[in-house]
Amino acid sequence: MIKVNNLHKCFGALEVLKGIDASISKGEVVCVIGPSGSGKSTFLRCLNLLEEPTKGEIFLDGISITDHKKDIDKLRQKAGMVFQQFNLFPNLTVIENIMLAPRKVLRMSEADARKRAEDLLTRVNLSEKADQYPNRLSGGQKQRVAIARALAMNPQVMLFDEPTSALDPEMVGEVLEVMKDLAKSGMTMVVVTHEMGFAREVADRVFYMDEGVIYEEGTPEQIFRNPQKTRTREFLSKVL
Amino acid sequence: MDGYNEFVKEFANKIFQALIKDDRFTYLVKGLRMSIGITLAAAFLGIFLGLLVAICKLRGKGVLAALANGYITIIRGTPTVVQLTVIYFVILSHSGLPDFVVATIAFAINSGAYVAEIIRAGITAVDRGQMEAGRSLGLSYSHTMRYIIIPQALKNVLPALGNEFIVLLKETSVAGYIGTQDLNKGGLQVASITYDFMVPALCAAYLYLMLTTSMASGLNRLERRMHRSD
Ligand SMILES: Nc1ncnc2c1ncn2[C@@H]1O[C@H](COP(=O)(O)OP(=O)(O)OP(=O)(O)O)[C@@H](O)[C@H]1O
Ligand SMILES: [Mg+2]
Repeated sequence: MIKVNNLHKCFGALEVLKGIDASISKGEVVCVIGPSGSGKSTFLRCLNLLEEPTKGEIFLDGISITDHKKDIDKLRQKAGMVFQQFNLFPNLTVIENIMLAPRKVLRMSEADARKRAEDLLTRVNLSEKADQYPNRLSGGQKQRVAIARALAMNPQVMLFDEPTSALDPEMVGEVLEVMKDLAKSGMTMVVVTHEMGFAREVADRVFYMDEGVIYEEGTPEQIFRNPQKTRTREFLSKVL
Repeated sequence: MDGYNEFVKEFANKIFQALIKDDRFTYLVKGLRMSIGITLAAAFLGIFLGLLVAICKLRGKGVLAALANGYITIIRGTPTVVQLTVIYFVILSHSGLPDFVVATIAFAINSGAYVAEIIRAGITAVDRGQMEAGRSLGLSYSHTMRYIIIPQALKNVLPALGNEFIVLLKETSVAGYIGTQDLNKGGLQVASITYDFMVPALCAAYLYLMLTTSMASGLNRLERRMHRSD
């Protein structure tokens, strides 16, 4: 589903990603952990070209996205993204937030788009908020709408960048619950997170990022119970 | 007592001469209509021009951005009345367009530069995450601009835009310079008949003031209504 070969990313003189190789198969849930500034967000953002890789190749569903920059809007539809800061559109109601891209990009009819949006809102338990503006929602509700909005494009992969880091603790659970359901439904997911409990429970694999590479990877069991490398061990001893 | 009566009588006569005799108030009414018409049309065109120029400037490099920058620099760096002169007597001198059309074009071009800077600031102030969220859904740059960024930017800069249009209305009072029968010119025409400036000039001033204050309060109401949906 996703294949990354020797991915490099520099911001000016700063080389943040120093050769990332990864391969993620369909239906897999991968959690990315690591210290602040290790390039987790940058890696994730490269996967839908919000950052342009300096070097290397990324294949999504067998197609090189690094070669097809002209079709970028088409390729981005395959990868839904959920941001730490939600980034809902404040000028649109909840249901309009979800309907916009299906209407304008997929050219769905008003009725079909609305039907899809209503189904998704039911799925994230927010049917009653359809006509509210985002600023009337709690953080947890906002993030669930953001997930529904991304799902409305029927993506093949969902990318999450610390989806619960901006939330009050009591709202973390409801968002993780939605993400667990999504994982169970067979969605391919890449999740940058500090929620080690979630990673342990839901992930098929965990990437520990450090020094601009995937420093260590393995099943949650391997990474959390029995990390092989010193830096991984040091990091986990701090966060667990 | 006699002096006072004299004064009242003279004043009443001035009002009669300036406004009532031969329906001279119609100079002011026609002028008022003209000023409002030019302002509305120029504001409308100025918004589109400003939006276009703001986006050209924001896209950064290339001929379009350079043109946008040049335009803004020239318009903001020269007096409105000089722009009007150049457009009427130089650029459009052989166009055969009526003076009020030329005036509208000139004020639209003038206002567009100020509107461009206002809108550019508004767009820059919209959170970067909005563009990223739009693009990550597969929306194109222009769709994201049109449905997400620009509506938010316009809402943010509504007070500044409103002020610009109040300024614009006042600026249109130089339109008489190229012969347009605007409100100020209407007053001057009355004065040229009666040899009295006091009544027509004060009437013109009063009408301008009514217009600007009602624009300001309309703007206030609009802002309050928009904030309720926040
Ligand atoms: N647009 C940018 N321009 C310049 N430097 C950047 C940019 N984006 C990220 N960086 C730098 O790249 C490095 C990696 O950032 P990144 O956001 O990927 O880290 P992260 O692992 O997601 O950290 P965190 O856990 O704090 O979110 C940091 O040093 C950051 O300052
Ligand atoms: Mg990050």
